[in-house]
Amino acid sequence: MSNQQQPLIEINNLKQFFPVQQGFLRKVVGYVKAVNDVNLNIWSNETLGMVGESGCGKSTLGRTILRLIEPTDGKVYFNYDDERYDIFAMHRKQMRAIRANMQMVFQDPFSSLNERMTVLDNIIEPLVVNQIGNRRERESRAESLLLQVGLRKEHLRRYPHSFSGGQRQRIGVARALSVSPKFIVADEPVFALDVSIQAQILNLLTQLQDDYDLTFLFISHDLGVIRYVADRIAVMYVGKVVELASRDKVLENPLHPYTEALLSAVPRVTRDRRSRIVLKGSPPDPSDLPDGCVFHTRCQYAEDVCRTKVPELRELETGHEVSCHLAESLSLRGVLD
Amino acid sequence: MSNHLPLLEIKNLKTYFELDSGTVRAVDGVSFSISHGETLGVIGESGCGKSVTAHSILRLIPSPPGRIVDGEILFRRDKQKDDALDLAKLHPKKEQIRHIRGNDISMIFQEPMTSFGPLHTIGNQIMEAIEMHQTELSKEQRRKRTVELLEMVGIPNAEQRVNAYPHEFSGGMRQRAMIAMALSCSPYLLIADEPTTSLDVTIEAQILELLQDLQDQQSMSIMLITHNLAVVSEMSDYISVMYLGKVAEFAETDRILDNPLHPYTKGLWRSIPQIEGEITPLVPIKGSVPGPHDIPTGCVFASRCEQFMEGICDRPQAVPNYEVEPGHFVACYLYDEDVEGGRVDEQSTTASD
Repeated sequence: MSNQQQPLIEINNLKQFFPVQQGFLRKVVGYVKAVNDVNLNIWSNETLGMVGESGCGKSTLGRTILRLIEPTDGKVYFNYDDERYDIFAMHRKQMRAIRANMQMVFQDPFSSLNERMTVLDNIIEPLVVNQIGNRRERESRAESLLLQVGLRKEHLRRYPHSFSGGQRQRIGVARALSVSPKFIVADEPVFALDVSIQAQILNLLTQLQDDYDLTFLFISHDLGVIRYVADRIAVMYVGKVVELASRDKVLENPLHPYTEALLSAVPRVTRDRRSRIVLKGSPPDPSDLPDGCVFHTRCQYAEDVCRTKVPELRELETGHEVSCHLAESLSLRGVLD
Repeated sequence: MSNHLPLLEIKNLKTYFELDSGTVRAVDGVSFSISHGETLGVIGESGCGKSVTAHSILRLIPSPPGRIVDGEILFRRDKQKDDALDLAKLHPKKEQIRHIRGNDISMIFQEPMTSFGPLHTIGNQIMEAIEMHQTELSKEQRRKRTVELLEMVGIPNAEQRVNAYPHEFSGGMRQRAMIAMALSCSPYLLIADEPTTSLDVTIEAQILELLQDLQDQQSMSIMLITHNLAVVSEMSDYISVMYLGKVAEFAETDRILDNPLHPYTKGLWRSIPQIEGEITPLVPIKGSVPGPHDIPTGCVFASRCEQFMEGICDRPQAVPNYEVEPGHFVACYLYDEDVEGGRVDEQSTTASD
């Protein structure tokens, strides 16, 4: 959080609803509310860790910020060079220019690279699309990037199929870096990798962040990974951010019952049998949300107000936001007590 | 460990696959045992042979190309009597192993999405499993038993849900139904191959809790295969660490967590980000797991090991198993007293056999 005046990314009331169609006429019968009114700032040079279970909308949020999908409603601003860019209001050409500053590292290193292109062509693809440099400049850029992500020059001419998962993810990282972005959305970048390789990639990303002053939105369901990389943590549940604070606050002093349950559920390397909070059932269907708080159906503390009134995300302590009616009165368990 | 004989004892198991590109030694001299009522955690990265070991026990290895080349899989129903049955010697398609499969030993798989056929109801598929092994039950009894099983694994409204199709169940529910089916004949041993890998943490917690409760109730043994160290440490009594078809280290859970000996185990422990405790830098294991045709001779971990000793670790014969402290086995020359540079760990002075 070096630049306190203005965040690099401002997300205001972002909504991403997917229509549910039915019947011969494809009549819209409802909406899957994948991202449901999210407000979030991402500061320059920080890593914002985004956690949540599958289907909570964390990947959709990442993609919508980069405008890989058009939003239903809301704004995303990108503040850069004293300019404020309204991402969703830009034309194609402007968008292309700005997208060179915003890149994505994908989850699956086996499908995110083009198998028919050499490693070189994969890496310089963003440069070609953005019309940056000539062939020779692009090649030398690819070469230096490849070295930085821990591969060798001779790998440039090979095809992705001859690489392991960890190496492919390195290539994916090199591709994202080729256009010298400011902001990277990393969507479960270590999910498909073995643990020993996972550690290599995590260390690589941290190193690159230092070298290039990168800002990350790091999406993962693995709280251990998030704890390792994130400065702040946002917890998402069924399309909403339910808690947002610094890493240590979220982990040690959670204010939302869902965060508490999530932390409690994570298996630990310890032999003490903890009294674990086991949530009942599964998250609600995002196309058929319950009234009131989205979490009340599984919350052990839920009261009447939770069933009727939607809680707002509010700043309960400095820098610690939570959307829970009862946050003041609950004393929840974190990981370190 | 008591004087009781173990339920399952695997000795020097070797399962090879003969492929056009050469022989793949998926499991190459694996030994371990599981006692009655205990949980053994088998941990390792992809390609370490943990799943092939499990499939070998049930004789589910497709043949050709797969084959159990050597070794014994001794199975004892009664811990008092030494009348072990060697599963490795049975014909994989004959009555005897089919009786054991699902009845004495059953298995749950990683993918709850594909373990049920899509065309039949969950109930019918569980009833079919019961019908195979408990032929004396009538249709009505089978149905009743199925509903009981579904209730036992915590499926709400089991009476109605028994008629649901697999696609109507969520991932966690399907994994519960899978467990219900696996437990339908009260097996001695449940082999759980990455049972929670595709599930969310809150659902994972439900399933792990369920497995522990069921184990307490039925005193069955569990062989839990996973790549998740935390899951293993919460669930297991013993841990076996596998790497490239071999057991690198085997010990009681506390022992192996507090005092890992094999450089691979140490490397694994250091490369996993934890949810609690001090945040220490991750130290990855260098390189990556070699492909099945590039396995080093001698110690299979040699190509990635920071403590590689030239002239010792690259000797072509398999690394012996050293018992560094009672019940703590490690396959690494560092613990050989006769090797120069060996016995790095000065604390463990207990002599090996």
